[in-house]
Amino acid sequence: MAVIAGYAIRESVRRRVFPIVICLTAGFLGLYALGVWKAFQATEPFRREEIGTGIFIDQQVLFSATLFGLGMFATLFLGTVLAIFLSHGVVRGDAERGLLQPLVVRPVGRTALLAGRFGAAVAVCVVYVALVYGAELFIMHAVTGWWPDRVVVPLGELAGAVVVLVALSLVGSVFLSAVANGIAVFMIFGAGLVAGLLGQIGEALNSGSLKTIASVSSWALPFEALYQDGLNAITADTVGFTRAALSLGPFGGAQAAGSALFPYVLGYLAVLAGAALLGFTRRDL
Amino acid sequence: MAVAFSARGLAKRYGKIRALGGVDVTVEEGELVGLLGPNGAGKSTLVKIGCGLVRASSGRAEVCGAPAGSHEARAVMGYLAELFRFPGWYSADELLGLHQRLAGSSGGEDERAELLDLVGLTEARTRRVDEMSKGMQQRLGIAQALVGTPRMLFLDEPTSALDPAGRRTVRGLLEELRRRGVAVLLNSHLLSEIELVCDRVVILHRGEVVAAGRTAELAKPRGVEVDVDGGTRHYEGAGRDDAPQIVSELVASGESVYGVRVLTSTLEEIYLEAVEGETS
Repeated sequence: MAVIAGYAIRESVRRRVFPIVICLTAGFLGLYALGVWKAFQATEPFRREEIGTGIFIDQQVLFSATLFGLGMFATLFLGTVLAIFLSHGVVRGDAERGLLQPLVVRPVGRTALLAGRFGAAVAVCVVYVALVYGAELFIMHAVTGWWPDRVVVPLGELAGAVVVLVALSLVGSVFLSAVANGIAVFMIFGAGLVAGLLGQIGEALNSGSLKTIASVSSWALPFEALYQDGLNAITADTVGFTRAALSLGPFGGAQAAGSALFPYVLGYLAVLAGAALLGFTRRDL
Repeated sequence: MAVAFSARGLAKRYGKIRALGGVDVTVEEGELVGLLGPNGAGKSTLVKIGCGLVRASSGRAEVCGAPAGSHEARAVMGYLAELFRFPGWYSADELLGLHQRLAGSSGGEDERAELLDLVGLTEARTRRVDEMSKGMQQRLGIAQALVGTPRMLFLDEPTSALDPAGRRTVRGLLEELRRRGVAVLLNSHLLSEIELVCDRVVILHRGEVVAAGRTAELAKPRGVEVDVDGGTRHYEGAGRDDAPQIVSELVASGESVYGVRVLTSTLEEIYLEAVEGETS
């Protein structure tokens, strides 16, 4: 398994995936830092705004949390792109190109091959998400002096969301061609985000139907639930009107997941692993 | 002699298409068996079942006594696919190193050097795969298949991209493998290759074995030709056993005999007869 993981990481290195990712991420973080700085300058005169008699909204928390939520969304998006490109052609794509057969006939076997490719993609994506999240955190604190209420939990949930997407992409690679799988996982990702936004709107309008759609989607696509719970965690201790104002925004994290999420995600990953292994071991190459 | 590969009643269906319909094939240790047949006859399917790449619909395939596709079977076999590709960024030496790790081979640098020498790629040890010609990649593929000293080797069209000199190198390699006791199932369209190196041939047609055995056993008599003063005389229907009688009668009748040839069908004729002239 370690040999296959090393092979996969080496493949990424030799295909110059990392220099491109590092350059583009550096560009994104530069833009993000500029955006945070400009937004902070614009909102600094209203640090604590009175919106009614004795009713205050902490603008620093509102803007910082919203912009940090935006950064988390961007991190999830970039992590998803990386996850898909590292795993979308692992089985059928490589088999159609004739790359897989010489590896599969070796004693290492199909299970270890799949596990190795999964492990390599997860390792790369989790490290990437952690670095980008850390950089955003540093930028945010350096510019605004704000710290999220929770630091580690949102990071773990963002990383978990990307792991779920790697697993979905890997399962898809067993059954779909590389292009079809890449498109499918991207569309699933988009569907999850739209469902999350519908849930936000549902919270704001108190619409039961929209909230149900968001809830069902979150169970079906738990990367969205992890992301929403992560957003919720960055302002977990924020209360009052600032909390209400945050919940109305797109990155307010109004939907906390509850304690069932983590065992559910583990079970979800186990089912995906079982489906991938079953499909791969039965697939004619 | 021990059996290196055996297929018993091996059948495979791809949906409604029958690729193999109950095939029996045996390759003994140290034996080179040629697999012939038109396109779509089921040759590659048979080889892929042997390697564990394709699951049989019914029947049984074993490699050195272990079920085909099992860990034990994969540990003692080598395989070169008909359509294969290696990552272009690997050098020949790095690629063999990767396959040594995957195969659990402890041969190290000595094994890699020996394999590259066997396929005539010693000079290309550090050359990247994407800088190699198709023929060089095919020879590297054969070296890759030999990593870990396999007892059973499946070669699917190993000479399709090789020039005549490359084919000669592979022929020499196959003879060397026979000397080492490695069993080879060689799937090839090149009848001359098969005729030159293989101990036995198996001809598949529409998923069935339509002929199998040594070329000499499969050959049919095509008469006897005798060179005499007046030219060449052809004795239709005569066989090897008839030759002494023919020569005696000619000499007794005062003819001078300069040469006698017993004619048998060539592998090409055996093949075309077996597959009813089908070419694809």
